[in-house]
Amino acid sequence: MKKTVKRKPLARRTTAKPLPDAPRSVADFLAQAWAIEAEASDRYREFAEQMEMANNMEVAQLFRKLERIEQKHRDQILAHMGRSTPPRVKAYRWEGAEGPETAAGNELHYLMQPWHALQIALHNEQRAFDFFKQLARARVPAEVRAAAKEMAGEEREHVELIREWLKMVSKPASGWDQDPDPPAFGD
Amino acid sequence: MTHPISTPRASVSIVLAGSGGAGVMTAGNMLLEAAAIAGYYALMTRSSGPQIRGGEAAAMVRIATTPVENVEDHFHVLAAIDWQNINRFAAEIPLDASSLIVGDPDHGEPPDVFVKSGASYAPVGMKKLAKSIKGGWPNMVSLGILAALIGLPESAVARAVEKSLKKRPDSLEASLAAVRAGMHAAEGMPARYPLRPAAEAKTPRWLITGNEAAGYGAIRGGVRFVAAYPITPGTELLEWMAPALTKVGGALVQAEDELASINMIIGASYGGVPSLTATSGPGLALMMEALGLASASETPVVVVDVQRVGPSTGIPTKSEQSDLNIALYGFHGDAPHLVLAPNSVADCLTTTQWATHLAEMTQAPAIVLSDQFFGQARAVVDRPADLVFAGQRLTAPANSPDYKRYALTDSGVSPMAIPGTPGTVYTADGLEHAERGTPSSQATDHLAQLDKRQRKLESVDYGHYWAEVEGEGELAVVTFGSCTAPVREAFAQARRNGFRARLISMRLLLPAQTARLTEALAGVKRVLVVEQTHSKQFYRYLRSEYDVPGSVSSYSRPGPLPMRPEEIVSQLEKWSRA
Amino acid sequence: MNANAAVVARTPQEFKSDLKPVWCPGCGDYSVLAAITKAFAKLELLPQNVAVISGIGCSSRIPAYTSCYGFHGVHGRALALGTGVKLARPDLTVLVAGGDGDGYSIGGNHFLHACRRNVDMTYIVMDNRVYGMTKGQASPTTEPDWEFSKLTPEGTGLREFHPLVIALASGANFIARAFSGDPNGTADIIAQAIGTPGFSFVEVLSPCVTFRPEQRHWKDKARPAPVKTTSDPSQAARRILTDDGFNVGVLYVGNRKPYQPSIGRGTKKPADLEAGFVL
Repeated sequence: MKKTVKRKPLARRTTAKPLPDAPRSVADFLAQAWAIEAEASDRYREFAEQMEMANNMEVAQLFRKLERIEQKHRDQILAHMGRSTPPRVKAYRWEGAEGPETAAGNELHYLMQPWHALQIALHNEQRAFDFFKQLARARVPAEVRAAAKEMAGEEREHVELIREWLKMVSKPASGWDQDPDPPAFGD
Repeated sequence: MTHPISTPRASVSIVLAGSGGAGVMTAGNMLLEAAAIAGYYALMTRSSGPQIRGGEAAAMVRIATTPVENVEDHFHVLAAIDWQNINRFAAEIPLDASSLIVGDPDHGEPPDVFVKSGASYAPVGMKKLAKSIKGGWPNMVSLGILAALIGLPESAVARAVEKSLKKRPDSLEASLAAVRAGMHAAEGMPARYPLRPAAEAKTPRWLITGNEAAGYGAIRGGVRFVAAYPITPGTELLEWMAPALTKVGGALVQAEDELASINMIIGASYGGVPSLTATSGPGLALMMEALGLASASETPVVVVDVQRVGPSTGIPTKSEQSDLNIALYGFHGDAPHLVLAPNSVADCLTTTQWATHLAEMTQAPAIVLSDQFFGQARAVVDRPADLVFAGQRLTAPANSPDYKRYALTDSGVSPMAIPGTPGTVYTADGLEHAERGTPSSQATDHLAQLDKRQRKLESVDYGHYWAEVEGEGELAVVTFGSCTAPVREAFAQARRNGFRARLISMRLLLPAQTARLTEALAGVKRVLVVEQTHSKQFYRYLRSEYDVPGSVSSYSRPGPLPMRPEEIVSQLEKWSRA
Repeated sequence: MNANAAVVARTPQEFKSDLKPVWCPGCGDYSVLAAITKAFAKLELLPQNVAVISGIGCSSRIPAYTSCYGFHGVHGRALALGTGVKLARPDLTVLVAGGDGDGYSIGGNHFLHACRRNVDMTYIVMDNRVYGMTKGQASPTTEPDWEFSKLTPEGTGLREFHPLVIALASGANFIARAFSGDPNGTADIIAQAIGTPGFSFVEVLSPCVTFRPEQRHWKDKARPAPVKTTSDPSQAARRILTDDGFNVGVLYVGNRKPYQPSIGRGTKKPADLEAGFVL
């Protein structure tokens, strides 16, 4: 029996749902938005580190770039809040699923290519856009809706950016995950 | 051959035997205490059948005017309350024509295996005598007989009995009456073995087993955590330590197996608490993997191996020195560690305390090779001298800048951060590591860490504790552990024929003290290596680790019988004939 | 020692070391590491007051990836090692972590007795139903018909070990299942586990993307357990035995008193013990 197992596509997603605790003020909203961006950038950093360890520097650098984008977004929100230290975020950070912009942890492959990484990024930016768009229509205070709309706009710019990048890379041919060598021994 | 009233002697050996319910161990313990109260030194060993209850048993007691650390060549008195299966102990109970057998004729005649020694026989109806006293027991009658035969004062026996029956005062009168009946019955026996008067004790003496001594030594050395898995004959060490540790602020936990007990003490020691476990051969074998971890991770632990006859289950209730190889060489990889061996019951205290200090100061595992003979022997001893050797763990101060757990220092010892200390977090690792503790497969790191771990043990000044060195001359016996005292007594016997030799009993077996042994053997032309193994383990160790001068021969035999002076004397005589 | 433990809010990053994991990209253990550090931060622990203890295996590499005190011991003995740390140092928070081979096969006996002993520590098993470090052999939790190991090319034919029900039967005081694909939920469960006195057992479904790539689909299966935590062992047993292995959450919390001998409380000096020897 041949030892191959079909892998599902790397970018296979579900749509994000609104946060269980809908923000009741702009401050609430910004704290959550900050947490969303922080978690997304943390995850890209983890991805970059994983790819560095696997000596896949091209994809690692791409994840670093994505990390920086989310970091920048995160810091902009912090500045907007007029803070220099992270806000305390209730509810969302510990209980339940991860944020709408956070890439799923086990989506990586050590031989993955930039196209795969960009598929992950595109999916997450799209989810973030959908999330904020939904919030902009939800039953929350008007100023929260306005802030959400603004954030949705920024996420849409990110979606566009990733789409531009995707035009510059080609989709890998099948067999991209083949490795002529077996895994290595450890402890 | 009968010996009427003999001249007083310096040492007498007695065995009291009987089957289930006879109470020979109780009576033996009372005899031991009575001897101690009368000012004598004494040592009791025991043998019993494989039954948990009801089995035949023998209490073997040697009483003397000077410290007693081994069994004599022959027993002077064999007293048997009954003869059920007692012949199974025949090899352990050598008698000769000067011996006396005391038996109860209602239980039949003494077995041929004892009679053929030529020993005299004194029949006493112990059971009948006991029955004549309401609540009287035959073992108390036998106690009275034995006490009278060796000249212990009635008052000393009475005090020992009172002490033993503190919780059962109602049976005291009957017991004392039975003792008196026994003493009376001993009058007119064909032989007596009176002891010389005892010298007055200068310091209070102790009644202690080697297992208790080792446990106490560990506590004196700082041990406050023990993980225990029962195994004969190490269990009593652990049992003694359980309440003792609680009193001094320590704790003992019973583990699910030896794999757990060794790993628990490694964890506890990593937590900063000096830790120990005790076991016997099969348990030590199970612990070997984790002992490698202790060596590699530089976590100090002490393992007392109360050796029994091996391999496998072997003879769990008897002594041998055949775990020497596994203690020295049983580690996987190159794993520097300490191996020590006490040389007497009392020295179990000193050696285990020293082992704890050494383990702590070198951050290495230490194996103490005690044995069943020491562990389960009860002895009246002088209080052991305090160990003049301070050694403790070098710890890292809080917030040590650029802290490296496995830093390459001159001594090889690097400060160990204790969890809870801020600014010095590290991960202890059995994986080879760099100075910081991070895993490394680099050749340079491996070599540097191997060198460091070896250097730690070589940089210690072990002082004179490495061995007992006695005597002078061109002949030398090199030995260790429970063979030491029989060799010493053999020397005393041979000295009467003008024999002179050096005795070197090694307390520190690893790291090998090559320079010190060379110095101790300077000028020696012949060396005899005495040990209790079948495959000459100690002899092979000496030949491989040391440059032993002159012609070297081996006297090596396995257990279960304890080493006796006469067999060593006969080896020494071969020298004079050669 | 940790009097100031709760003064400063902690971040997960403070509990990560500079050492980068050697795990495969996409491995579930990354998320478990993240979850553990989040739990520590949530509980506002201080790194120096936490000991992370492990045995051998992919997941057992975890101590050095934290900024806590750690001990990477020998295969299968992590629970014994951790028990020793906690019994000697009750003031420390002890977290033992490892894989299914380490914990349920070579360390199986210690698992039973750690549950029985109920020492106040948390045990996290990253279960991927395979030995990764030795290149993909079947573990006690591997399905009997998994045919991809050279050691058992026709499958093990052996029934899977059921760690949760074993833990319950053996006396573990806190039993949970988590999924690495939900690091925040896992962090929450781990924080609860640490906060519950006694032996807390958290089985984390943590896919092996190299030897069990089909486990990437676990994310479609894992779901919150549709029931509330119970303290009734028979109810817990029935649930654990009848669910499909993908119900995530705290499944049982008992109220057994933790085992902790009174270390450090004796008042006698060693020399006082000599009275027992003196004639």
